[in-house]
Order: sequence, then C-alpha cells, then structure tokens
Amino acid sequence: MESGAVLPVMALVPFIGALLPALMIRAGRNACALTTGAVTLLAFVMLMTMAPAVFRGEVLQAELSWLPALGLSASFFLDGLGFLFAGMILGVGLLIILYARFYLSGDDPMGQFYTYLLLFQGAMLGIVISDNILLLLVFWELTSLSSFLLIGYWKHLPEGRQGARMALAVTGAGGLAMIAGMLILGDIAGSYNLTDILQQGEAIRASEWYFPALILILLGAFTKSAQFPFHFWLPHAMAAPTPVSAYLHSATMVKAGVFLLARMWPVLAGTPEWFYIVATTGLITMVLGAFIALFKDDLKALLAFSTVSHLGLLTLLLGLGTKFGVVAAIFHIINHLTFKAALFMSAGIVDHETHTRDIKRLGGLRKLMPVTAVIACLAALSMAGIPLFNGFLSKEMMLEAAARTEWYENPLIVPVLATVGALLSVAYSFRFIVHTFFGPVRDDYPAKPHDPSFGMWAAPAFLVFLVILIGVFPKVVAPLVAVASDAAFGGGKAPYYSLKIWHGFTPALYMSVAAVVGGLVLLALHRPLDWLWNAIPRPEAKAIFEWLLDRIVRACRRVAELTHDGAISRYLAIFAASTVALGALAWSGGGMPMATRDLLPVTPVAIMGWVLLVTATLYLLTIHHNRFRALVVISIVGLMVSGGFVYLSAPDLALTQISVETVTILLLLLALHFLPKDTPRESTMPVRLRDGAIAVASGGTVAALAYAFMLRDVSVISDFHLANSYKGGGGTNVVNVILVDFRGYDTYGEIIVLGIAGLTIYAVMDALLNGAASRRLRNFEFAPDRSKDRHPLMMVVATRFLLPITAMVGVYMFLRGHNQPGGGFVAGLIVSIGLLMQYMASGFAWAQQRQKIGYHSMIGLGVVIAGLTGAGAWLAGRPFLTSDFGYVNLPPIEEFELATAALFDLGVFLAVLGAVMLTLYSLSRIARYAGSTVNPEAMDYDPSRRRARTPKEAL
Amino acid sequence: MEMLVASAVGVLTAGGVYLMLRLRAFPVILGLALLSYAVNVFLFSSGRLAVGLPPVLNKYAETAYSDPLPQALVLTAIVISFGMTAVLVMIALGSFLESAEDEVNIDPNRPEVDEDEDAPQATGAP
Repeated sequence: MESGAVLPVMALVPFIGALLPALMIRAGRNACALTTGAVTLLAFVMLMTMAPAVFRGEVLQAELSWLPALGLSASFFLDGLGFLFAGMILGVGLLIILYARFYLSGDDPMGQFYTYLLLFQGAMLGIVISDNILLLLVFWELTSLSSFLLIGYWKHLPEGRQGARMALAVTGAGGLAMIAGMLILGDIAGSYNLTDILQQGEAIRASEWYFPALILILLGAFTKSAQFPFHFWLPHAMAAPTPVSAYLHSATMVKAGVFLLARMWPVLAGTPEWFYIVATTGLITMVLGAFIALFKDDLKALLAFSTVSHLGLLTLLLGLGTKFGVVAAIFHIINHLTFKAALFMSAGIVDHETHTRDIKRLGGLRKLMPVTAVIACLAALSMAGIPLFNGFLSKEMMLEAAARTEWYENPLIVPVLATVGALLSVAYSFRFIVHTFFGPVRDDYPAKPHDPSFGMWAAPAFLVFLVILIGVFPKVVAPLVAVASDAAFGGGKAPYYSLKIWHGFTPALYMSVAAVVGGLVLLALHRPLDWLWNAIPRPEAKAIFEWLLDRIVRACRRVAELTHDGAISRYLAIFAASTVALGALAWSGGGMPMATRDLLPVTPVAIMGWVLLVTATLYLLTIHHNRFRALVVISIVGLMVSGGFVYLSAPDLALTQISVETVTILLLLLALHFLPKDTPRESTMPVRLRDGAIAVASGGTVAALAYAFMLRDVSVISDFHLANSYKGGGGTNVVNVILVDFRGYDTYGEIIVLGIAGLTIYAVMDALLNGAASRRLRNFEFAPDRSKDRHPLMMVVATRFLLPITAMVGVYMFLRGHNQPGGGFVAGLIVSIGLLMQYMASGFAWAQQRQKIGYHSMIGLGVVIAGLTGAGAWLAGRPFLTSDFGYVNLPPIEEFELATAALFDLGVFLAVLGAVMLTLYSLSRIARYAGSTVNPEAMDYDPSRRRARTPKEAL
Repeated sequence: MEMLVASAVGVLTAGGVYLMLRLRAFPVILGLALLSYAVNVFLFSSGRLAVGLPPVLNKYAETAYSDPLPQALVLTAIVISFGMTAVLVMIALGSFLESAEDEVNIDPNRPEVDEDEDAPQATGAP
C-alpha cells in the first residue's frame, strides 16, 4: 500500500478551482476558458504523477481522519479502475473545456458554465477515488446536483428545466436507495472503507442482507446509468448544451453507474441474483435503446438512445459475472468514450452550423462540411463496430462473451439478442452517417453550413485519432485495460484474452458479419419501418413519469392540507397533548427510584411569595382580555420569580430576571401601543374546556416531574466547577466563571443568537416600514383620550439624573461580576434600561440624536471582542476561549485582578446592550411613522422656553 | 419547600399552555412568557433547592454551596428567551400592521391575500 498524499488535494482542486471561472469571466472568455483548463490540467498532472505506481499494480491511499471512532474519515484510494476513470474524467474534461469555449455563444454566461462544469468534475473525481463509501455517497449526490445545474443551464428553455428536473428526480431517487444499500453493506462488512469491503466478498454474499443491499445498490447504479426502466431521463437531458451531453452523457456521469457495478463486482457479482438482474437488465436496455435510436430524427436523441444501448451492453458484460466480461467491459468503456464523445461534439457542430439537429432536414453535408463529415463518419463507423475501428474490437469481445452464455439453460437467447443489438447499432450508426452527410446537397438548411474553426473540431478530431489508433494498434491500451480490469475483479488470475483485430473464424465473427449485413438491410428498409413506428401507438415514458409525479404531488398536497390547515392553536394543542401523553407513557414504564432527599422546611416568606405568584397567574388567566391589566399582572409573576431566585440562593439569576423583566414589559408596552387593547372573547366553551384540560394536564405532569426530580439525588458535575472556579478561572462567582470560562463557547454562541435576534427584528421592522404597513401606520388612529403631555417634565428630569447612576451601577455590576453576583449579561441589561428610559421620557428623536454609536456596530463589536479574546488563547498555544488571569497591585487601589475573561465579558456586555437596544429602538422607530408628531425637544412643555417666549406672545 | 416550587412551576405551565392556545397573538405571547418562567424555574430546580447557602466561593472556609451549573444555564436561557419574545412581538406586530388582524390562525375560508396588492403603487412610484 503506497501513500497517495496528493489524492485529497487532487479531489479538492476542481472544487476550489470552481470559484475561478466566475471571477475570470470578467477578464474575457478566453481567460475564463484557459483558467478552467489550467485547473483541470493541474488535477490531470497530479493524476499522472501517480501513474507509474498504479501501473506497477500498487494501490495508493490517503486518509484524513475526522471521527475515527465512528468510522468517519475522508479516505481516498487510487487503483487501476479509479485511475482509468479519473483519467477519463479529467482528460475528456480538458477536451470539453476547449470545445465549449467555441460552442457557447456570446449570450451564454460562460463563467457560470465553467463553474458548474468544474463542480461536476470534482464530484465525479470524488466518486472514483473515494475509499470511504459514505464519502462516495456524498460525491454521488453532488454529481446529481451539479448535473442538474448543467442540464438546466439554458434556463430559458422549458425542455432544459424539465429535463434537468427529471434527471434530478430519477438519479436522486436512485441515490437515496443506494445510500440505504451502502449502509447495509458497510454494516455487514463492519467497515465503511471500500478497501476493507472489497476483501469481504464471501461474507457479504453469504449474508442474509445480501439481496436487499444488492437491489438497493443496483437501483442507484441503474438510475445513474439510465438502464431500463429508468432509461427515459437520459434523452430528455439532451436539452443541455452539447458540451454537457458530450461530457456527462457519454464519458462521465452515466458511466458512474457502470463504475459502481465494476467497483462492487468482486463483492456482489458471481451469484445467480446478480446474473439474472444485471445481465438481463443490460440485455433489455441494449436492444431497446438501439431499437428506439433507429427511429429518432433528432441527432442528439439518436446518440442518447445509442448511449443507453451501449450502457446496456456494459451492464450486460459486467452482469455476466465472468472475468472475461469485466475485461471486455473495461475495454468498451474506453472505446465508447472516444467515439461517443466525438459523435456528440460532431452533432453539436452540425447543430451549431446548420441550426437544426433534425436528420430529416439534413443530408449532403459531406460536401459543405468536409472536416466535420470525416470526423463524424469515422466515429460512427466505430460505433457501428466496423473493423479497423476500436468499437469493433470490444464488440467482438462482447459477442464472444455472449456466445458462451446460457440464460436459464437456454444457450440461444443471449447470443441472438446480442446480435440483434449489434445489428440495430449498425443500422442507426449508418443512418447517422448516410442521412446527415450523404445524399444530395439541399438548399433549405436553416443556416448556411460550413466547417467551424479549428478550435471547435480539434477536440473531436483528437478523439477520432484515438479511435483509429486503438482500432489499428489495440496493444497501446493493453496495459491500461489490464491494470484497470485487474483492479475491477479484485486480483487473482487474469483470464485469457488478447486485444487484436483478427481472432480467426470464431462465432463472434459470424455474428458480427450478420449484424453488419442485417443492419444495412434494415437501413434500406428504414422508410417503411419509420412509417410503421410512427403509426403504432406506444407508451411515452415522459408522460408516464409526469403522470406519476403529478399523482405523488397531489397525494402529498392532500396530506399537507389535511394536517397543516393553518390553525396554529390546533398544532400547539396536539403538540402539548402528545407531549403529555409521551411523558405519561414513559412514566408508566416504571423504574423510578425512591426519593432520597428530605423536604426543606417551608417558611412564611416563601408561602407569601407562592401565594402571590399563583394568585397573579390565575388572575391573569381570568383578565387576560384586558391587555394592559394583563401586563401589570404578569410583571407581578416575573417579580415573584426573581424573588424566588433570591430566596433560593441564586442572586445572579435574580438580577438577570428582574432586568429582563423590566425590558420585556417595556417591549410589550411599546408593542401594545399599536395593537388592539382588548382581546375579544372568541373561543367557545367546549374549546376553552378542552384547552383547560390540556393546560391542567401539562401543568400537573410538569409539577409532578419537578417534584420527583428535586427529591432524588443524581450525580452532578458541578463539584468540578466549584473546585476549579478559583484555581483555574480566577473568580469566586462560580456562575460567572462558568459563563465566561468553563462554558464560554456556549455563551459565545448565545450572544451571537441574541445579536441575530436583534438584527432580525430590525430587518422585520425595516421591511414593514417599506411595505403596506407604513401606509396603515400613517393613518393610524390613536385613542382620543391620549395624554397631551407625553413627555412630562418630571420624568425627563428624573431620568436625566438617573442615567449616570444607572451607568455606574452597570459598570459596577460588570466589574465585580467575576467574584460577586453580576457580570456582562446583567450589566448590559441595566445600562440598556438606563438608555431606554431616555427614549421613553424625552422622546425618540431627542434620544436618537444623542446616540453616537450604532446598535448594529455595538452587537458586532461585542461579538468580535469576545471572539478575539477567545482566539487570543491560540497565541499562548491553548485551545479557543481558554482564559488567563493575574493580579495587579497599583499603589492607591487595593490589589485587583485582571482576567482575559473580563474582556470576554465585555464582549457579552456590548452584544447584550446592542441587541436589547436595537430591539426597542426598532419598535419605537415605528412610532415616527404612526402619524404622531415627533417632538424635536425633550419636553412637551419646557418651562425655560415658555418663559423666553412669553414676551413675544404678549406682543 | 419543594412542594411550593413544584406547584408554582405547574401553575405557570398550565397558565402558559392555556394562554398559548388562545386565538390572538398577544395572549399567545403572554402564554409563552409564562412558559419561559416555568421552564427556567424547572431547570433551576434541577440543581436542587438551597436556602441560605452561599452562591459565591469563600476563600477562607470550606462550606456547601448552591449548585452553580443550572444557574449559569438558566441565566443565558433568560436572556435568550427575551430575544425570542422580542422576535415574536415584532412578528405579531408586523402581521397586525400588515393585515389589521391579530389572529394566529389562518382562516381556511378566507380568500388568500392578493400578493400583488402593492404592485400598481410600486410601479407608479418614480
């Protein structure tokens, strides 16, 4: 096992590179294409550096562990099979990038195209070099997603969007099945690493879960590789730009399914189930695809069905379960890639130059586009399986393999059907050649055809060069075929095979001759057959698919409408009732230990608090229709809760609760200003009784739970905090030390959440004031008995006095927080109450004028300070948010402590202050829109101004 | 003492759930506020009750302390529940100002609000 440290880097290169084209397009189309090409070339060169090791038969591995305990790691490996596919993905990728540069018109967003292409390339590359099957699944889904973007690239075409959606639905559904299958496989093998799974073929085949896993994995592979009955998405995906079709639908994505079959071959193949499912599917797909291709008039549709047919051929070969079949499949993968990509590109050139892909409108292009004609014809001859072209060699191997195969003890079915498939393949290949390029020159092409520039035909020409090279000297790819097929059947003795043109008079040769002759006869009869094809009704896959989709959507909608009818009260009632029911169920299971703690004595003070709290709550329920009174009553509840915290030795909580209480009530008061002042009595008696029953049940169970919990001892981790608070955190207020030190990460997250809440409120308010609500606000009618003196003198003066005092209390609370009750949270709330009072007393405009620091920036500053303090620990080589402290002795003051935790607390303080103020600021800003005059001065009746004005008024 | 705290939590929960099931936004917000009191006290009580125990470390003597961990958790919970209440209030206010209704349920019989209500005015503006 060799180290392949470069593998993860190679897998990442296309993903990181995907950012570049979108930027480089600003420098022009050539720069964009060149950058994309450079990214792919970089990955290709990385791959080639590993070629010598792969050809020596070594397996390169690299692992980045993430959660090794759960078997989750990003592990990669490269063997012959992976090397072959990676080479195809990157090599063809380069050719496609070149071709697309000339194919895309100036109106197409090229940067987007290349970004999608690189994303897709990275996903494909990931599939073929992943070792961990979970990682493979991630890449598998990524190919579905990125191919969706590519197929739907021409967003303005409905066919493009529909095709993309269909491809995503079919391959995505298959991908889901495959996830289940892979998980089963990993469970049987006890490892999620392919290299381990591949060693356990026998155990897996013997497992009782083998069959379900096989079916699920095959669903994934068959949908991806467009096997019958999932073949229908591929032709519809042809709405994509031709470079996409050439890349995805000849060389890469559809081969992912075949790759998976080959990859899993040592584990899953060799059983009758495998043979009958895989080989039969392949056989049907091969014949059916070829048959339909013969009658397609659209050049790309013809090629699409031909691809379906050839994928069927590959599936058949892998399904045979023989090593010879695997060799033939690997060889045909290479050959199919070369001729089919060249054919797609040629079809694209024809489309590009004549503005049609309809065979019935073409013909005679041989004279007008000689270069394209030569390229396309040579590639099509290879597709037909004519000697001296590479398609012939692998087709012979397929026929030879088929000739030796018995299907259900019948030796004829497979060879005959294989010959029929080859025959049809000859027919449609020659149709492609004859009906497009031969025949008389027409005068009604939609555009005047001529050969494109060199850049556009260079890529297909290179591929055709390979077609002939392999066709004449098959030995050039022999090492690649050998190393890839070796990897595919997982070692062991290779079967006898020889890549050469002349094998003697074998059955395969007779079958081949029959196919060519029969194919040509069929082509001669094409006109009447085509008439017959169009005359006979046949099921249309797209219609069936859409019907099915429509049914599913309708069923989902019915379920959603039934359960989700917009009545949130009903959902909440169901939620509360079912929570109680679940709790009761859990309790009825028993297993509750005996109470171990004694009750604390009840004191009169406690009883008084309890009575106040319970009375206030019950009273609230009876008068909640009067909203102002309800607010007063609920503040009693809050006050009692704070008092309870004081009584139960939690001063920090009491401080926080009482300040939050104040802020909340102010907030609700501000909101109530614009809301109706009364709640109408709407619920009927039965509904109220139902809600009451649910409420009593919830309250009763929660009380029982709390009671049971308080009387039992459980092991707690607080002793650790108590023991280490002073030693490790440098503070005697353990609650504060927990907040800023032990659980600093939580607190950091919490201030961010609070900041987000503040910003959300600001955004909602902003959207409101720009929408219909602002018109409503401008015409807002306030109660006629509203006070005329809304900013009374007494209050203005009192709050001005209070501001510095509040600020000082805030600072005091903040500074002592580490050692005494207090801290950033409380200090932030106290200071915001002080500021808030200015808004209430002196009016929004006056207070806002004097507000120098924006609340948004205060939130941001707080989070940044807290984050930087945490990150500062890195400088000392400690983990994030490790705090440090020391004691300083300045002569006039007592010894005091400096802790980084205080800096963190400052961040908390600022974030809390900013969030609270932003919230209330947003609410009060609404008032400015609400038709009320905004007071420019602090007081409505200012005695000092009044005196100054009096003499003038007297005049 | 435990009995008092447990029953207070129960009453707060019951009141909160009842108000939460009302049909207007304002009582629902009040109900959620009651529920947050209940939840906070419940969480706090999971540290067991302690009357008269020092919450702050004493440098000079070994004593028992109240459990600090639930207190720290509840402290942040109080602040966060303020944030949640504030967002809810804003949403309720927004929906009232937009539609002049403060019902929480969508009436299935009411015709859907025309999304393009503002469109003519928006295009009319310069």
